[in-house]
Amino acid sequence: MHASSPFVLDSSPLKAIGLTLIGLGLLGLLVAGVGYQALSPVISGGGGILAVSIGSILYILPARLELPVAAQNNGAWQQSATARGAVGWVIGIVLTGFYILLYWFPDTLHGLVKAVEPLSQLLRNRPADQWFLYGTFYTLAVLLMGVHALLKYRNNPYQLIKTTSVMFFQLGFAFLLPGLLLFLNEPEFYFSYFWPLKYDYLFPSTVGYLVESGGGLGVFMIFWGAVLSFLATPVLTYFYGKRWYCSWVCGCGGLAETAGDPYRHLSDKSRNAWRWEVAIIYPIFGFIIITTILLWLNSWSEGKLFGDLSGGFSRTYGFFIGAMFSGVIGVGFYPILGNRVWCRFGCPMAAYLGLLQKYFSRFRITTNGAQCISCGNCSTYCEMGIDVRWYAQQGKPIIRASCVGCGICAQVCPRGVLKLENGPQEGRYAGSALIRSEDIRIL
Amino acid sequence: MFLPDQHIVIIGNGIAGATLAINLRKQSNCSITLISAESATHFSRPALMYVYMGHMRYQDIVPYADWFWQAQSINLLHDKVEQIDFSKKQLVLQQRTPVRYDKLVLATGSGLAGTHWLKANIKGVQGFVTLQDLELMQQQTQHIKHAVIVGGGLIGIEMAEMLRSKKIAVTMLVRDRLFWRSNLPEQEADLITRHIQEHGIEIRFEEELAEIIADKNRQVQRIKTVAGQEIPCEFVGIATGVKPAVDFLRSSELELDRGILVNDYFETSLPGVYAIGDCAQFSNPKPGIPALEQLWYTGRAHAETLAFTLAGTRKKYERGPWFNSAKFLDIEYQTYGFVPNNWPDAYDSLYWQHPTQPKAIRLFYEKETALLKGINLLGIRYRHDLCQHWFTQNYTLHQVMPELKAANFDPEFFKKYEPELLSLYFSQFPDQKEKTEKYNWWQLRKRLKWAFTT
Repeated sequence: MHASSPFVLDSSPLKAIGLTLIGLGLLGLLVAGVGYQALSPVISGGGGILAVSIGSILYILPARLELPVAAQNNGAWQQSATARGAVGWVIGIVLTGFYILLYWFPDTLHGLVKAVEPLSQLLRNRPADQWFLYGTFYTLAVLLMGVHALLKYRNNPYQLIKTTSVMFFQLGFAFLLPGLLLFLNEPEFYFSYFWPLKYDYLFPSTVGYLVESGGGLGVFMIFWGAVLSFLATPVLTYFYGKRWYCSWVCGCGGLAETAGDPYRHLSDKSRNAWRWEVAIIYPIFGFIIITTILLWLNSWSEGKLFGDLSGGFSRTYGFFIGAMFSGVIGVGFYPILGNRVWCRFGCPMAAYLGLLQKYFSRFRITTNGAQCISCGNCSTYCEMGIDVRWYAQQGKPIIRASCVGCGICAQVCPRGVLKLENGPQEGRYAGSALIRSEDIRIL
Repeated sequence: MFLPDQHIVIIGNGIAGATLAINLRKQSNCSITLISAESATHFSRPALMYVYMGHMRYQDIVPYADWFWQAQSINLLHDKVEQIDFSKKQLVLQQRTPVRYDKLVLATGSGLAGTHWLKANIKGVQGFVTLQDLELMQQQTQHIKHAVIVGGGLIGIEMAEMLRSKKIAVTMLVRDRLFWRSNLPEQEADLITRHIQEHGIEIRFEEELAEIIADKNRQVQRIKTVAGQEIPCEFVGIATGVKPAVDFLRSSELELDRGILVNDYFETSLPGVYAIGDCAQFSNPKPGIPALEQLWYTGRAHAETLAFTLAGTRKKYERGPWFNSAKFLDIEYQTYGFVPNNWPDAYDSLYWQHPTQPKAIRLFYEKETALLKGINLLGIRYRHDLCQHWFTQNYTLHQVMPELKAANFDPEFFKKYEPELLSLYFSQFPDQKEKTEKYNWWQLRKRLKWAFTT
């Protein structure tokens, strides 16, 4: 009857082929992981990666295009994979398991590492290791699920540009460029990560290493990192809010906005979660600042002050924060705790950007007069667990340190009530006069 | 002024009742009790559809957590009021002991109109107004293939969207020639109609329900329309509108018409008894203003006004310029001021519509004075504060034009269509010169002194 409608096409054959390919691909990866002595892991593993990639695209395209824009969240709280059901738990356990192997038992990944060996040789002119395998998987996840996000939010230019941006920075700045640097025998460097997220980029040991091994380029890398941390970050955050980094550039943010997007509603919106957030993220930020200062003092005193503090620090912080928090909990628990657990509770860069956003920024999310119907879509789909509705239903702007400016609240609002915008700081907190607001502290 | 030990009881925890309780607490330390038979706490009624579609869970559509009500010392009672004894100032409840009040506010909301279709007790036939309706609809639509929606209004399209989310085929019976034509001008109604059809929803126009036919298990099997057509279906959604939920008061001494009759202070015919929201009916509405205001926004506005009166400052209800919003599948609809569905020659409008996408803007004005009367927006968002300002300050179309761009509220990077509307304007009003003075939103906001820091 409505055969011309894009929303009633039978797309199940494509989806079935896609799922089959994904299944075969995963099987190939499993074979590469455990049976690499019997069968070339390049064929089983490399072929598996290819099959998963093609299968994902074949599945994602019809699955998203058959749904109208307003129906993209249909079933989010009803389907097993996205509602903490059995499928969600399995995905969570597999992801967590992978991180555990990666950080503590890398030898077990030997077969998979061998599967990406040709790619590593091609890109970096050196053998693959577990970190190259991880980078390859990570980049693929951002790209494939980036396509998912592009289709899901296809009506929204802000989402299209934002998603393209994180895909570009992950592929170019966090995968190809560091590989190319190694190819040219230069130090491996990620131009899209800065102190305090990449805390060691301003540690005396890294600075010393870059100057020694990188020469002029190394000096530029140090200069780049310092300028981005102390100059570009405050300036860009003043004009655009922390979103310029967290939702547009950062690799962790990039994964959260793409692969993590189907899990954004799982973030905890309770007042208690907010209290935990404040109690954890700022101490971590303070810890990094103090440690960096102490390391420099130690370095200037030529180690007399604290001895091997740097080594000890790197081991403890790297284990608890770098591995446990950002990796295992941050990504492994996507299907259980939501997609921004690390960004919300742990990331020192997010804390730094958040303070700037709250006190020295033109950014805010404006509420449109008295149009809010308190439906809760904004709060539910806020990956940072902000109770956006609390402000919107009072006609108030949303100005929160944690807001990463992903723009999804403005996308899911059925009444078009929210708008991310940059305006004068004067009157930044002024709400609409068309609704009476509550003067109640919620934290 | 009321003494602190005054007990104010509000029946109904919808947007009107909940807003009243919260606003009253800000101004008074009286004792407040909020009673509801429907739910333990206030929830967002327009959001019920999202629970069905799986966008949210029930707890996600609850705007205020339990701690909030405790912190505000607002007493919540989940019980049904069976009877009101106005002379003893006492409520008879279904489960608990009777509750005494000093002041009573009736905020009982709306119920389904067209309940006669439910009288035959056929399984699969229901309305969609309450939380219980949601639960019933979740049960009744499992594993079904085809549904019929009776009525082409906002609840009708909500139900259709809900059913489509479960891949259930939907046929809508719409009384008009076009969807919502009784509220929208021809072009907007046509645009929305086509959008709904493109989303695989079948609409039968100028049709009404004549008969519901059940099988031997009392389960709906098919319906018959007034034109005599038969449509097989396993579910019938009655979406022919709502009416004030006041039937339980019919035998009392309270003066009722369609709703509870109130004056501009929400005072009913009985002293100390007030009514707000959907259930209230203005006994002397001003010309052009409806006696019943059955919207989320008006319920909230009624409550904000009555809170002042109950806290001791008697305040008259001033509605101010009209506004409303809705969503038709993918199309957001906003309206500011008043745009009628048809208008006499004394009025005209500036209408722009996107050639391919479902987007439109209409500026409706009085011809002689060029006074702006209303704005309709489809697929485009405008700033409520600025539009409201235009109406309260009696802007003419010519005064609006230089500020038009500042009104756009679409997300960043969206294509702006105000230039197209402006060129349409200059072609229709060749005498008008383009103003050199142009304001962006932030300049206007400062000039209008809205940028105060709270």
